[in-house]
Amino acid sequence: MSPALQAPLLASGSHEFEAPSQEIFWQPLFGTEGALAITRPSILALISVVIVLGLLLAGTRRLSVVPGKGQMAVEGVYNLVRNTVGRDVIGEQHFRRYVPLLFALFAFIYVNNLFGALPPFQYPTMGRIAFPIVLALVVYLVYNAVGIARKGVGGYLKGLVPSGLPVWIVPVVFVLELVTYFVTRPVTLALRLFGNMFAGHIILVLFISGAEYMLLDGGALLKLVSIPTFLMAFLMTLFELLVQFLQAYVFVLLSATYIADAYAEEH
Amino acid sequence: MVGSLAIVGYGLSAIGPGVGIGLIFAAYINGVARQPEARGMLQSIAILGFALCEALAIFGIALAFVFSGQ
Repeated sequence: MSPALQAPLLASGSHEFEAPSQEIFWQPLFGTEGALAITRPSILALISVVIVLGLLLAGTRRLSVVPGKGQMAVEGVYNLVRNTVGRDVIGEQHFRRYVPLLFALFAFIYVNNLFGALPPFQYPTMGRIAFPIVLALVVYLVYNAVGIARKGVGGYLKGLVPSGLPVWIVPVVFVLELVTYFVTRPVTLALRLFGNMFAGHIILVLFISGAEYMLLDGGALLKLVSIPTFLMAFLMTLFELLVQFLQAYVFVLLSATYIADAYAEEH
Repeated sequence: MVGSLAIVGYGLSAIGPGVGIGLIFAAYINGVARQPEARGMLQSIAILGFALCEALAIFGIALAFVFSGQ
């Protein structure tokens, strides 16, 4: 295609397209003084707590043996965390103590993830790494504290290595397990949630802003291409809804697995 | 064309987890096809394996953004 023909078809308008980068996540609202600014995600985290509290209070206000719609929904979510995560992973004996922690984590993370797709909010709180780090730290402290409280420091460290290994391999396995318990687990727990929300949001912004750019500033051909791009943005939003649920579930499932490991006699 | 080599690195780092997640769900589908009543148990195991496998790709994208900023 000659440049002369190309121009009206692909011609761009006045401004260049800018691909979204991590800067789109920095949205201070009041006080832009660096680390102490009140940002959009911090406000959203507060709103999410209010929403969770409101939904739970509304769902459990009139408890009855034959549940209404609200009670049914709340019980469904609670049963998911209590039975399929708590009871099945941690075990019948000890899981009751951890159900409040697991349920609070699940509700908080899921509502915050949903903010990535819900129209008035449109920002996944967990796309800022500070939020997943704090949640992972809570889980990290809990499972290590449980392990040390049950077995003592020596017993906990000894329990890292499975018994019956040849003597020469024990130090290697011990170092590997030590790194897994104290470094890899909290880091992956925080990074997994952060990475999924961050990458998903960037993909959505890329599709939507790209389609908008092509529609408004592109030539005739680009205007045509913007229609499938908008469609893809819609499909990716649906996919994000799946990922948002899955990541909240996975975070709680892994937390329960780590707590169960702290209870295991040896692994 | 201007870009960052870090993003290419992320693409490479996504190959391994991609293959791994494919294997995990292939095994899950196989298991459910052979024994439909084991679905509930297999599901949480499959999702756990998926999450552990996916962590590698997530490391990749986090590092890609760390290194593309320089």
